[in-house]
Amino acid sequence: MSMTDVDTVEAKTATDPRRVKKGEFRSARGLAAPAIIFLILLTQVPFLVTIGFSTMNWNLLYPQDRGFTGFDNYVTALSSGALWPSILATVLITALSVTLSLLFGLLFALLLDRKFPGQAIARTLMITPFLIMPAAAALIWKYSMFDTNIGILNWLSRITGLPVVSWSTEHPLASVVIVLTWQFTPFMMLILLAGLQGQDKAIMEAAQVDGAGTWRTFTWITLPHLRMYVEIGVLLGSVIIIQVFDPIAILTKGTGGTKTLAYLLYERAFIGLDVGEAAAYGVVTVVLTIIVATIALRTLFKVFMAGGSR
Amino acid sequence: MLSKKRALTFSAGAMASAMALAACSSGAVSSDDGAGGGDVTLNVATVNNGQMKDMEQLKSEYEAANPGTTVNFQVMEEADLRAAVTADVASGAGQYDIVTIGAYETPQWGANGWLVDLTPELEADASYDVDDLLPPVRDVNTHEGKLFAVPFYGESSFLMYNKEVLDKAGVSFSGTPTWPEVAEAAKKVDTSDMAGICMRGKPGWGDLFGPLTTVIQTFGGGWYDMDWNATVDTPEWKEAVSFYKTMLDESGQADPVSYSFNECLTAVKEGKAAMWADATVAASMLEADDSPVKGKMGYVPMPVVETDQSGWLWSWNLAIPSSTKNKDAAVDFVKWATSKDYINLVGEKIGWSNVPPGSRTSTYEIPEYKEAASAYAPLTLEVMSSVNPKQPGVNPQPWVGIQYVSIPEFQDVGNQCAQQIADYIANRTSVDDALAQCQSVAQKAGDAHKG
Repeated sequence: MSMTDVDTVEAKTATDPRRVKKGEFRSARGLAAPAIIFLILLTQVPFLVTIGFSTMNWNLLYPQDRGFTGFDNYVTALSSGALWPSILATVLITALSVTLSLLFGLLFALLLDRKFPGQAIARTLMITPFLIMPAAAALIWKYSMFDTNIGILNWLSRITGLPVVSWSTEHPLASVVIVLTWQFTPFMMLILLAGLQGQDKAIMEAAQVDGAGTWRTFTWITLPHLRMYVEIGVLLGSVIIIQVFDPIAILTKGTGGTKTLAYLLYERAFIGLDVGEAAAYGVVTVVLTIIVATIALRTLFKVFMAGGSR
Repeated sequence: MLSKKRALTFSAGAMASAMALAACSSGAVSSDDGAGGGDVTLNVATVNNGQMKDMEQLKSEYEAANPGTTVNFQVMEEADLRAAVTADVASGAGQYDIVTIGAYETPQWGANGWLVDLTPELEADASYDVDDLLPPVRDVNTHEGKLFAVPFYGESSFLMYNKEVLDKAGVSFSGTPTWPEVAEAAKKVDTSDMAGICMRGKPGWGDLFGPLTTVIQTFGGGWYDMDWNATVDTPEWKEAVSFYKTMLDESGQADPVSYSFNECLTAVKEGKAAMWADATVAASMLEADDSPVKGKMGYVPMPVVETDQSGWLWSWNLAIPSSTKNKDAAVDFVKWATSKDYINLVGEKIGWSNVPPGSRTSTYEIPEYKEAASAYAPLTLEVMSSVNPKQPGVNPQPWVGIQYVSIPEFQDVGNQCAQQIADYIANRTSVDDALAQCQSVAQKAGDAHKG
């Protein structure tokens, strides 16, 4: 990935003490400071406040009865039995949606990488699901696609003589995953398409000259080349999908194994109105996410650092 | 180099998770009031039912009559409204000037001091005629003699059925039907094209548990006994809940877990369901001019088993949070929206069958309304005045209210139980497991009120 190499080189020279004067270095930091301070104010301060809330007995419905309880909320959160099913639901929904949208994204990226008339229009149309607001997408799916009376899916099964499927009742997890896959396929497709278009045509020609067929060129040259893009897609996709809320709230209301951590948090905070307990769930979620994200990001940085060796 | 890399990795991780956290607490709504110069912006949070949408449509009339006042409507689904408004009012954030709340919230919030007492303003205004408000609905919104919210519309529940379909199947109801009779009738008229009956199944205490609680009560069950012991894992509950599921399985709509009031309304209107036991307010929408089933519907009281009647009592009310900065303007708007003039305005501008029912006695004396609503208005008034919110079921209960328990924990308890029962309806758990789970949740809430 030539772009990364340039970035790495620039980053090195910018911090290299032999090349950069101290004053310049300081002013560079000064320029970055407002953005960093803004970021800290917006993300880290609320997080610290959340940690504070998590040690309090604070139910909005009992405004008078409020005080410090130490780790009681954590004990409740960990022992209530709601956390582990919720982690499982989060992992399942994220993993399934990321994998499926990656597969479909790869398929569409390969198709769109070919030259054909109307390619630009096809590409724009393929991207649209990603541009629709998640809540709107979930509503479209709920009424226009999944509905038993007016949904397209059941209209199709009716004219083909298949049984009518009650999506949200019978397959809650699948319906959430379908909506998410539909939304995130374009996202994966864009990343993979960028990778495909950055492929060196000379290598492809060389492979052809050496007698490799389409399949062997794909598995031995294209796929290894795409590996880095796949990793980026998986990482970014997981970070976004792990916090998904809209399709669950609209389609299943958290029933049938779709109560993800984000939805569980919402329920504790806005239906249970228990600020303390919700904050404790929030902190647990953050700790888990940090562990996952750190491992995932480390892998990703390894990719960047290793550069051309892969 | 290594430490820098680690720091970078960590902060990136922390950032990603902080973003995740921030996403969970979204739902921010802008509320810029132009406080100066007499210009007032009123933010109204309301529920996405037909009558409320009509109010949004008519707000320009109010704005025209009150120059300088802008009214912003935020229309939400019932559960979202409840969550957003409770969080706002309880934290005193002051985002809303007028909120739409149910009869369940009014006495509790009034007791907490979260709402402006409207009694003096309403009693001082003779033209508003506060004594015209329907007595039972006024009672459920009164706490210690103070009226904390004014009913925008009130409702009970009854059974609606498509006369043509039932006649064809040779089914007829006389007086108050029983639930087994209704289940039998639903089975008879159920076809692959049309469900026999549509009942709410969407998890949520205001969704599934609206009708289900009244079914449980008429089967002899209840949420708590007089000492706040939860009575969920009882034979009465099991019988009622399995009856509800069996009826849905045999002749209910497909995909019950995604159905609540609005979904059933559409199904009945489009001829996809023959019967529907739900809020009386639905009748005014089924009889509206644009409704395909107008004039084809019949109405009887809510089916019973062991009690004489099993309708619920609910009202959607307008209230003003104490945290508002525009109290006077808000009071003025609330008075306008619940006045006799407003009811006439809806009748003239939108249609007499769309008039908000169940709030004022005088509504039932307007000749145009009596004519337009002749099919259901007398029964609505009759049902609403016959229900007993002090003891709706077979056994006495320590709170006032029919399809809810007036304790703050109930929306959480009801919600968690509704999810369990929705899982049972969708065949993901057994009735015993669902009720056992529900019992322990309900007991925890009941313990807080013992003694």
